[in-house]
Amino acid sequence: MIRASLIACAVFSILVTVAIVVVLFSETFVFFTKPFPEENGDVYRVSAVEFFTSANWSATSAGGTRHFGIWSLICGTLLVTAVAMAFALPLGLITAIYLSEYAPRTVRAFLKPTLEVLAGIPTVVYGFFALTVLTPALKFIDEGFNVYNAFSAGIAVGILCLPTVSSLSEDALRAVPRSLREGGYGLGGTRFDVSLKIVLPAALSGIISAFLLAIARAIGETMIVALAAGNTPRLTVDPRDSIQTMTGFMVQMASGDLSNFDVAYFSLYAVAATLFVITFSLTVMGQLIRKRFREAYQ
Amino acid sequence: MKGGDLPTTRPQECARKSSEQRRKLDQAFAVACVIIACLSLVVLALLLSAITFEGVRFLSFQFLIAAPGPEPAEAGIGPSLGGTIWVCAVCAFMTLPVGVATAVLLEEFKPRNIVLRWLHGFLQLNIANLAGVPSVVYGIIGLTAFVAMFGLFGSVNDPVLELGASYYDQFVSEGDLVAFVPVSGPQAPETEPRDGMTAYTSSGQPFKMIVADRQTFDFNDPANQKNMKRTFFTDSEPGRVSRKSWYFIRIPFGRGVLAGSLTLMLVVLPIVIISTQEALRAVPDSLRAGALGMGSTPWQVVWHITLPAAVPGIMTGAILAMSRAIGEAAPILMIAGIVYIGSAPGNLMDDFSVMPLQIFTWASRPQAAFHSLAASGIIVLLAMLLAFNAVAVLIRHKMQKPLT
Repeated sequence: MIRASLIACAVFSILVTVAIVVVLFSETFVFFTKPFPEENGDVYRVSAVEFFTSANWSATSAGGTRHFGIWSLICGTLLVTAVAMAFALPLGLITAIYLSEYAPRTVRAFLKPTLEVLAGIPTVVYGFFALTVLTPALKFIDEGFNVYNAFSAGIAVGILCLPTVSSLSEDALRAVPRSLREGGYGLGGTRFDVSLKIVLPAALSGIISAFLLAIARAIGETMIVALAAGNTPRLTVDPRDSIQTMTGFMVQMASGDLSNFDVAYFSLYAVAATLFVITFSLTVMGQLIRKRFREAYQ
Repeated sequence: MKGGDLPTTRPQECARKSSEQRRKLDQAFAVACVIIACLSLVVLALLLSAITFEGVRFLSFQFLIAAPGPEPAEAGIGPSLGGTIWVCAVCAFMTLPVGVATAVLLEEFKPRNIVLRWLHGFLQLNIANLAGVPSVVYGIIGLTAFVAMFGLFGSVNDPVLELGASYYDQFVSEGDLVAFVPVSGPQAPETEPRDGMTAYTSSGQPFKMIVADRQTFDFNDPANQKNMKRTFFTDSEPGRVSRKSWYFIRIPFGRGVLAGSLTLMLVVLPIVIISTQEALRAVPDSLRAGALGMGSTPWQVVWHITLPAAVPGIMTGAILAMSRAIGEAAPILMIAGIVYIGSAPGNLMDDFSVMPLQIFTWASRPQAAFHSLAASGIIVLLAMLLAFNAVAVLIRHKMQKPLT
């Protein structure tokens, strides 16, 4: 009896996964196949080819015709993620090396809680910070920055991901056995030599998996980009521009009226399915890398 | 050792640099490390000071209870504070049993059978992956599965099942009394006012309606004047209103508190499971072995030995998961949308807003005054999170007994 109820609870988590996959993909299928009646009497059909190849995205019929080309949203997402990772990966890794190899206990005692606090701050707060502190500062440095730009959103996402990178990497670094370090010191290595040439390569699988998890987190991050990155889907590599990410589009749609089941509503599912496939494969890859390539030491 | 090839090329490389150079490099790197590590401190300080500086202007007791009106000086976070408390309480109530039960199954009842072992590993991987799904995706799942219930059970305006709601047709009498005539449901036909029909006042007092024809009614008749409050004309138009009790339930759930809580449950469930597993793993095996040796069944071991020993860890994890739920805005935005909410929810199906969503609404407006309001809201939100985490730390300190 008890075991049956425990199993029922465990099955719930499988059900959630099944529900995610079924809901996202069935509604995406509707998006691609159903003819949608337009206000002016025409019928709009979404082309799957356009969705996966074009970079022209205008989901509402306000600006003339609708276009669904996911690449401008993916481009926006990747731009923000690139900025965030350029900030979070090196800084997070160096913080992890410092915490695991260099830091005296007193420094650790206040640096670790600081990182935990940074990780616990709600993302909407970072969005506010990006919009009201980072963007004005960037505009002060360079006039070319838009009020909504990918760079300040990216920096904020980077701050958000920094604790993830540093704590997961630190775990990986700490799992490297002491004997390896002692061997390195015995050969006359400095702390720099030992940390970067012995410990870091030994912990590489854990660190790469931490990086992948952080990238997945940055891609799925929503409130920061909704506040600070803007609502203009476009294909650009200039981080000073206003862009729109996949998550940003979903927020824009949800902020408006979702009750009319038109083509824009169903495009939400197609975007969510794309987002889910990207982040899910990154997480699975991270898990596999950590499992497969783990260096086992006695 | 698989990593054995790593140091082989290193000695020559090291020998190329003098030991002096390497020592200097080491010191430079140490300094760089300190600077970079301090960066996170600087960022945190900058963040908190910017928000305090910006938000202290509107912070008052009034701000905690007032509705988010259009006038920044009078606006407050009251309804969304109530919404946050409702949503998180319901979410915790549902998430903790399921999360702890799943963790107990995964950690304490490990199967020996090869097929079940494979299933066990799959479940573990699945939970780790669920933790990585973006919360906005959960929002859209909640929108389909809980708000609309896949469209299987009618719409919110015409629900399949409804409990605890009563519907009335509202009339205004010639003496400006508001009268309510009960009707069967939201889609019932409009009531035709008839003479002698029972109606209720807004305080629930029943009375008999007097229905007259507008053309033949004599306004100067003293008898009519005395009964003006109860007098209605045949052509008066009813308005449909509803009264909902605190246990009001409907299927589908609609954009209510319950749908929001269930969605948040999906978001935090993996976190609760993983942290509970860690807490259970930290209980030393000697305790389990001792109990088993005294003849306990595996379930008795879990219920009387392992779970009580793991309670501090489970509570800490649960509180951290709840603080994640408090700060989560994206899934709630998908469920609740951006609508004006003037009061805290009164039942599980009521429209609601939560603090992060209110902050988002304010922050996305262009006027600077609303940015200050957002900052004030952030201060309240962070204070709430701080209180939560303080409780977690306290529990960890008070309840942790050495177990070995």
